[in-house]
Amino acid sequence: MVSLAELQAEFGPEIAESAFRDNRRIHVPAEKLYAVLAWLKESRGFDMLVDVTAVDYLEYPGATDRFHVIYLLLNMSSKERLIVKTALNPPELELRSVVPLWKGADWMEREVYDMFGVTFAGHPDLRRILMPEEFTAFPLRKDYPRKGLGERHNFPVITRAES
Amino acid sequence: MAVGLPENVFLTRLDAAANWARKNSLWPMPFATACCGIELMATASSRHDIARFGAEVMRFSPRQCDLLIVAGRVVMKMLPVLQRIWLQMPEPKWCISMGACACTGGVFDTYAVVQGIDRFIPVDMYVPGCPPRPEQLIAAVIEMQEKIERTGTLNGREFVVRTKPTGPPPFDVDELRRRREAVPVEGLEIYDPPRVQ
Repeated sequence: MVSLAELQAEFGPEIAESAFRDNRRIHVPAEKLYAVLAWLKESRGFDMLVDVTAVDYLEYPGATDRFHVIYLLLNMSSKERLIVKTALNPPELELRSVVPLWKGADWMEREVYDMFGVTFAGHPDLRRILMPEEFTAFPLRKDYPRKGLGERHNFPVITRAES
Repeated sequence: MAVGLPENVFLTRLDAAANWARKNSLWPMPFATACCGIELMATASSRHDIARFGAEVMRFSPRQCDLLIVAGRVVMKMLPVLQRIWLQMPEPKWCISMGACACTGGVFDTYAVVQGIDRFIPVDMYVPGCPPRPEQLIAAVIEMQEKIERTGTLNGREFVVRTKPTGPPPFDVDELRRRREAVPVEGLEIYDPPRVQ
């Protein structure tokens, strides 16, 4: 069990903790994120990265930051789970990639980039993963309309006479 | 007429002869992307047996097909593929739009799902349902056969007059209103889709 005290002793007092039901969340500033994740992996045995995802808190009541990028960790031997959250605000939407720590982060980070536009420095192949290459928007941001900006209608029309 | 025909000879028009051959050998191109594809497979299987209507030969190459059956939703990443498949099919060819999603987008009114394939490729027959029963697809195939028999010509003259898209215009009034009301995203470039050859 990783305690908040040892995290704070290692990385400074700005590491915070919160809980929801049986989930423990560690809040880490973006510039210390890679160091914290590396320490959790190397020293505390969190050898599996279950998921990387993000949330857009635009117009969310009481929210102070625009994006949260969330890392779900699992210690395979002790079965301990930990959620690491970091806040990001535009225009600096960049984090250090954790692909050097967990190879499985490759596609997860690509998905976060595709849907939210958060870039990951040092990622080996940061391309869109779900949307087409030519797509320019980030569809899971809250300021992107649900029905799109006309991308789904922007195709040539083939009539019967010309095909 | 003084000259009688032998018993094993009959007279017909060339158009009618071609239609008779074509309607009884519709080779479908299954473009199955969702649960409608399962019903399409059920239609081909022994219980419903689409072979009774000469349409059992599912060819997975568009070069050998007459009838494109679009079964399931088509997303914007898939639409250039669908258009390419349609253009690769040799004449004469027909298209059945199977199920609510292929016809209208269905419940998937989101940024990535095309709201009806008839906006971008020509469609001859719509099959409603979510997903349609195999009987409905068989009814559509039978109606397709009747349509071919009724309107078909040897050299495809009936296609030349269809110069307008079958579906509504891609930007209908409603869509324009939605676009106007949507909050603009800063720095968004116009989406430039890949061109169909």
